Amino acid sequence: MTVMEQRGAYRPSPPPAWQPRTDPAPLLPDAEPYRVLGTEAAAKADPELLRRLYAHVVRGRRYNAQATALTKQGRLAVYPSSTGQEACEVAAALVLQERDWLFPSYRDTLAAVARGVDPVEALTLLRGDWHTGYDPYEHRVAPLSTPLATQLPHAVGLAHAARLKGDDVVALAMVGDGGTSEGDFHEALNFAAVWQAPVVFLVQNNGFAISVPLAKQTAAPSLAHKAVGYGMPGRLVDGNDAAAVHEVLADAVRHARAGGGPTLVEAVTYRIDAHTNADDATRYRGDAEVEAWRDHDPVQLLERELTGRGLLDEAGVAAAREDAEAMAARLRERMNQDPQLDPADLFAHVYAEPTPQLREQRALLEAELAAENESREGTAR
Amino acid sequence: MTTVALKPATMAQALTRAMRDAMAADPAVHVMGEDVGTLGGVFRVTDGLAKEFGEDRCTDTPLAEAGILGAAVGMAMYGLRPVVEMQFDAFAYPAFEQLVSHVAKTRNRTRGKMSLPITIRVPYGGGIGGVEHHSDSSEAYYMATPGLHVVTPATVADAYGLLRAAIASDDPVVFLEPKRLYWSKDSWNPEEPQTVEPIGRAVVRRTGRSATLITYGPSVPVCLEAAEAARAEGWDLEVVDLRSLVPFDDETVCASVRRTGRAVVVHESGGYGGPGGEIAARVTERCFHHLEAPVLRVAGFDIPYPPPMLERHHLPGVDRILDAVARLQWEAES
Repeated sequence: MTVMEQRGAYRPSPPPAWQPRTDPAPLLPDAEPYRVLGTEAAAKADPELLRRLYAHVVRGRRYNAQATALTKQGRLAVYPSSTGQEACEVAAALVLQERDWLFPSYRDTLAAVARGVDPVEALTLLRGDWHTGYDPYEHRVAPLSTPLATQLPHAVGLAHAARLKGDDVVALAMVGDGGTSEGDFHEALNFAAVWQAPVVFLVQNNGFAISVPLAKQTAAPSLAHKAVGYGMPGRLVDGNDAAAVHEVLADAVRHARAGGGPTLVEAVTYRIDAHTNADDATRYRGDAEVEAWRDHDPVQLLERELTGRGLLDEAGVAAAREDAEAMAARLRERMNQDPQLDPADLFAHVYAEPTPQLREQRALLEAELAAENESREGTAR
Repeated sequence: MTTVALKPATMAQALTRAMRDAMAADPAVHVMGEDVGTLGGVFRVTDGLAKEFGEDRCTDTPLAEAGILGAAVGMAMYGLRPVVEMQFDAFAYPAFEQLVSHVAKTRNRTRGKMSLPITIRVPYGGGIGGVEHHSDSSEAYYMATPGLHVVTPATVADAYGLLRAAIASDDPVVFLEPKRLYWSKDSWNPEEPQTVEPIGRAVVRRTGRSATLITYGPSVPVCLEAAEAARAEGWDLEVVDLRSLVPFDDETVCASVRRTGRAVVVHESGGYGGPGGEIAARVTERCFHHLEAPVLRVAGFDIPYPPPMLERHHLPGVDRILDAVARLQWEAES
């Protein structure tokens, strides 16, 4: 008997620990972004929802224009506009229940406003009188997150905590195409899938991370495909079609609420304005591209659908615009008032109780302010 | 709840006991991190917690520190009180952005509307023969970040008392655990009623008249040993254990230095940009007219943490401390 015969016949087999994994096919996104407006699917859409979305995107467009104008007047330090992305902003806010949570990025003040946050409070960060102007617990909107994708694990943790407590709460987290390259995007999606946390991730793929186009950001078939690697469904939607975004997000929210775990939604949209008022978009993209997207405008898409089907008449269009103008006028008026600042606030909320060191520093600043006042009064005399 | 027949005697066991008591007292307390569940942590500090409280309360997370701390932020937003374990000092760095940009700033960002009561436990420091990335003294990074409390125990009793205080705090606390003291024992009796130490108070570990050694964490036992050895030289050294690096207890430290007139700051962290520079400056600013000599520092060298076979040359030891004490201008006194 040879040694080989003693050992027995060699039978090829998979590695012992290997187990067939879940079938990725159901997780894959569609080949094309899902659309509703202008398609047969529109007939099934709730007319009331369409009208509501319309009123909000018209307001949203006006809000973006007003905020941008306020930067030119020096009333805002900076404004990252979501002009062209109103469908995503509005749908993300409207799809949630009151008890749910929204996790916006810095470009998503409109989503916060659409959810009910006072616009002046939503713009506090960008005016520069404080960082977060609103109470996150009032409308369950997390602070606007400036560091990219870092708000995503927060959404996962909050949703996980809610589930541990037995509460019916879904978290919807917003991020841009650039943000998907960040490590926190990966870690958040992985945690969410492992924990089966009730989270919906909405990626607004607006084509650019400041100046860098998507092609330099990823080699993935689509951003929605990234979901498959985490074991969650990926959905691709026309981000300028408010009805489609709302429907896809509503499905994802329902899925999460039912215990089905997270979903990644990629909404294909376009940032019509520059990154912020401080950016020059002509350095990295051509007018033709922008014009093509203007023809696929979220406000126009809804308006055409509604008027075409007789769900909205001239008077309805005019009423929506008047409502938006009134909102802009109120915002303008309030933003034209100087915010009340108290330098002592700088020390008030660093800790629950100021440390002895911060108390000393507060006293130093108070002395400086007193001296300033004294010299000002002296000059006045 | 069943009472586990646990006889905490080491610092590691006191830490476990602190978490267990906190979890029993408050259902909002959740422990999470890498290997903290089934294994009980690589240092066994979370031993038994998953078994006693279930995996939802003591959770093995995916291996991703930013994700762990980021998720803890969301959990804290929803009213939980996460206790996060970072497996080693140098493995906490991926979580740095979450720590600096969110954990430390959220209370301030929201004008106190949203607080994040998170305890971040970090085993730190050297002296255990660890290979690269297992022995960093990272406290200066945390100290330089407003919004964080930074605490480190040096005794078994403090490990319990300070960790309970950290978990109870409504502010985030970076809780630095000197890993070479994990197995240290002292006279702590777990059966006696336990005190929760207030955060922010230093303590005089040894009284003396000649000079003050200002130290914390893993260097406290070294300083106490140095103080014993100093008796042979005729020096009666006082040893102040800071316990809390943020907030800093100027009162206790300065009271000691005003009594003794001399001070040496001792820590493992590198000297340049390290905690000792800040402490020496604070003491000098406040106690200048009481000082007989410049405040000196005995610190780790300004080098990446050495390989284990060379680490003894790097760590401040009794001799280096006594050499510094000898340089405190005693001539003037004779």
